[in-house]
Amino acid sequence: MSAEAATIRTNGHEPSYLEYKGKHSGFLGWILSTDHKRIGILYLISLSFFFLVGVIFGFLMRLELISPGRTIMDAQTYNSIFTLHGVIMIFLFVIPGIPAVFGNFVLPILIGAKDVAFPRINLMSWYMYVIGGLLAVVSILLPGGPADTGWTFYIPYSVRTNTNVMLALFAAFTLGFSSILTGLNFVTTVHRLKAPGMGWFKLPLSIWSIYSTAWVQVLATPIIGITLLLVVFERWLGIGVFDPALGGDPVLFQHLFWIYSHPAVYIMILPAMGVVSEIIPVFSRRTIFGYKFIAFSSVAIALLGSLVWAHHMFTVGMSDTGQFIFSLLTMLVAIPSAIKVFNWVATLYKGSIELSTSLLFILAFIFLFTIGGLTGIMQGILTVDIQVHDTSFIVAHFHYVMFGGTGFGFFAALHYWFPKMFGRMYHKKLANTYFWLLFIGFNVLYFPMFIMGWLGMPRRYYDYLPEFHSYHFISTIGSWILVLGLLLMIYNMYHSVRKGKVVTEKNIWGGETLEWQIETPPTHENFSEIPVIETDPYQYKMNEETLDKKEVR
Amino acid sequence: MEQHNNHTEHTHSYGIYILVWLALMTLTAVTVAVAGMDIGNFTVATALLIACVKAYLVLTIFMHLKQEGKTFFVFVLIALFFLIISFVLLFSDYSFQ
Amino acid sequence: MSSTEHIATAHVHRDDVGSRMGMWLFLFTEILLFGGMFFLYSVYRFQFAHEFHVAAKELNTIIGAFNTAILLTSSLTMVLAIIAIQRKQKTLSIVMQIITIGLALFFLVNKYFEWTAKIHHGIYPGSEELLSKDSGEILFYGLYYMMTGLHGLHVVVGMVLIGIMTRLTARNSITHDSYVRLENAGLYWHLVDIIWIFLFPLFYLIT
Repeated sequence: MSAEAATIRTNGHEPSYLEYKGKHSGFLGWILSTDHKRIGILYLISLSFFFLVGVIFGFLMRLELISPGRTIMDAQTYNSIFTLHGVIMIFLFVIPGIPAVFGNFVLPILIGAKDVAFPRINLMSWYMYVIGGLLAVVSILLPGGPADTGWTFYIPYSVRTNTNVMLALFAAFTLGFSSILTGLNFVTTVHRLKAPGMGWFKLPLSIWSIYSTAWVQVLATPIIGITLLLVVFERWLGIGVFDPALGGDPVLFQHLFWIYSHPAVYIMILPAMGVVSEIIPVFSRRTIFGYKFIAFSSVAIALLGSLVWAHHMFTVGMSDTGQFIFSLLTMLVAIPSAIKVFNWVATLYKGSIELSTSLLFILAFIFLFTIGGLTGIMQGILTVDIQVHDTSFIVAHFHYVMFGGTGFGFFAALHYWFPKMFGRMYHKKLANTYFWLLFIGFNVLYFPMFIMGWLGMPRRYYDYLPEFHSYHFISTIGSWILVLGLLLMIYNMYHSVRKGKVVTEKNIWGGETLEWQIETPPTHENFSEIPVIETDPYQYKMNEETLDKKEVR
Repeated sequence: MEQHNNHTEHTHSYGIYILVWLALMTLTAVTVAVAGMDIGNFTVATALLIACVKAYLVLTIFMHLKQEGKTFFVFVLIALFFLIISFVLLFSDYSFQ
Repeated sequence: MSSTEHIATAHVHRDDVGSRMGMWLFLFTEILLFGGMFFLYSVYRFQFAHEFHVAAKELNTIIGAFNTAILLTSSLTMVLAIIAIQRKQKTLSIVMQIITIGLALFFLVNKYFEWTAKIHHGIYPGSEELLSKDSGEILFYGLYYMMTGLHGLHVVVGMVLIGIMTRLTARNSITHDSYVRLENAGLYWHLVDIIWIFLFPLFYLIT
């Protein structure tokens, strides 16, 4: 990728970060680079690889479920495959996803800095990510077979099973470390490296959400670190802290697991919400509605999201008081999320909307996230949760939030910043085509799961009763449409990085944030001179000039 | 300005640190002594209270939290808040079982 | 936001405050790491108060108190090492750092004897002796070995870190106007101390 994209042009300007020659050149110049933009690209490539692996596993699961009984694999294989699908998608795609790729690429630029606060730690976090990812992949190949516990590693099964749970645990532990390093880097960067004049309320909204996310990464991740480590020791030495045979409490494991893993859900969704707040003003040519509300709702989500973990455990026999408190708190998280949705819609209202691919993905985000969010509230209600717990209703819900939300947010960000990242443009018509494939495929795939789950189809089963056949069949068809869309997207991205139309214009979308004021692609140092910030982000005067620019394109 | 910034003045005299150290040692002796007495339910409470005082001394004096900016102080509060609220919520389950 | 927060420069410039900020954030992750185990401890202590009581009697309060004193003293020498370097007293700083490492080693030696004594009595995770006891006691010792073990690991890491700092000080890489790395090593060391401040009463003093 680098070679061809790099030789495009020098323009007599400084070389772009793609062609910049530091201490090392070629491949080493990439994997030893501490440039936040190059690390962002490294993340993009490795993340796409693991995403594809996860997609393959998901595809195989759906294929197995196309008809009742054994179709293409036995129950044990199915158990391993849904575990790997979960572990890879959660720890290797959605959690690092937007912060690691786009956070790394644009965060320093958006606050007017030349790099993150700790560039070397940034590179180290990518290495930990790759090591963690490889551990997960290696666990598939080694004798013993891949873990079959589900991504949640629930005790006591995770202590008893003879599959490669240890490797999967180490993989998750390493990935957690990577996540922590990214988080502490971003918190410090935002505090220390804002350009002069860039006060907290002049920060672009994606910074607010990545900043809140970074705090959750720093504070919650260690809890799962120690929990997984304890499971390792439980398997190895039998320390007894979780194993009920020795007096341990498996429910306590679930508590500790979800103290991290629920906030992790907000680590996944918050950055995507930031992307939405970033893209909507640009393509509706309007100043964002309710800046402070969106900013503070990010903080509120990070805070409240850390207090609701036990709503994953309403059926394990918690105390009534505990259940009541957690149910109540769960309802509260809906408020800041709803505030965001209202503000986004209000920004679109009477805007001069340009339906670019990124905006299409964003609109899909709002639609799908709203479905995912509202069904989430349903599950926060104690009585309803007893009914739908561990059914495919839950599976549908979290795919609407994580894939429909974070995944589509990721795609939106990719199509929004792609020209800035590579100095090339993707095929727009093709992009719009696969957007519709993805959107339709997604709903065909996951919506039947809501219905099935409501009727009692359990999750994680490789077999089912005949009355669910038609739903499963439709769902599997949906997975084919979705995968077709994904393949087209990957082709478009891969092709465009190498052969896409060259973009040299600084501000191709007419954005007002700092990344559109610098070269395309950015130079190694981003800014030849650190800018002084005087205005708020998202200043749209709706003037003719901006509209004219659209014609030029 | 930058020079000034990098040299946050952490200079105390040696004396204050030795005083704090003496206080910490005394508190350790006290906590051991109290543990020997039979004061029922207060044993753990006293031990934890003394531990908190000791931790506070280490944080503020040895770790210079007092001289750092307000931001650092808020940071510590955020971390402690997260720890404590998680603890409280955890016990909203266990203490009512 | 104080005005000192605005250093609008990139990584090429030195930012000691930023450096310490990163260290503090890292320390939070350490606090939460141990915090997770303190959660376990408190829940099990709540459920097995009596068994914890009985099991804690087996631990040697004298060694525990002694080790507390050692760590507190090492914290003092660490902070003095920083003051010394600020006052351009390089040799004194190096001596203080070496004393800190020595005290840490002393702590570990004590810990070693404490553990081996327990193991000789057949009390270690998975031993028949321990498994024959009540589950509350099994949990107590499971937590005891995990928490003091992980803490011991942190002591070792701290020793290595301070060792590196000593070397850097000797080579004049850490000087009176550039000592943030020593400060950060110190912060780490004090945190190790703080964790022990809580471990000590919870394991040794609840008899």
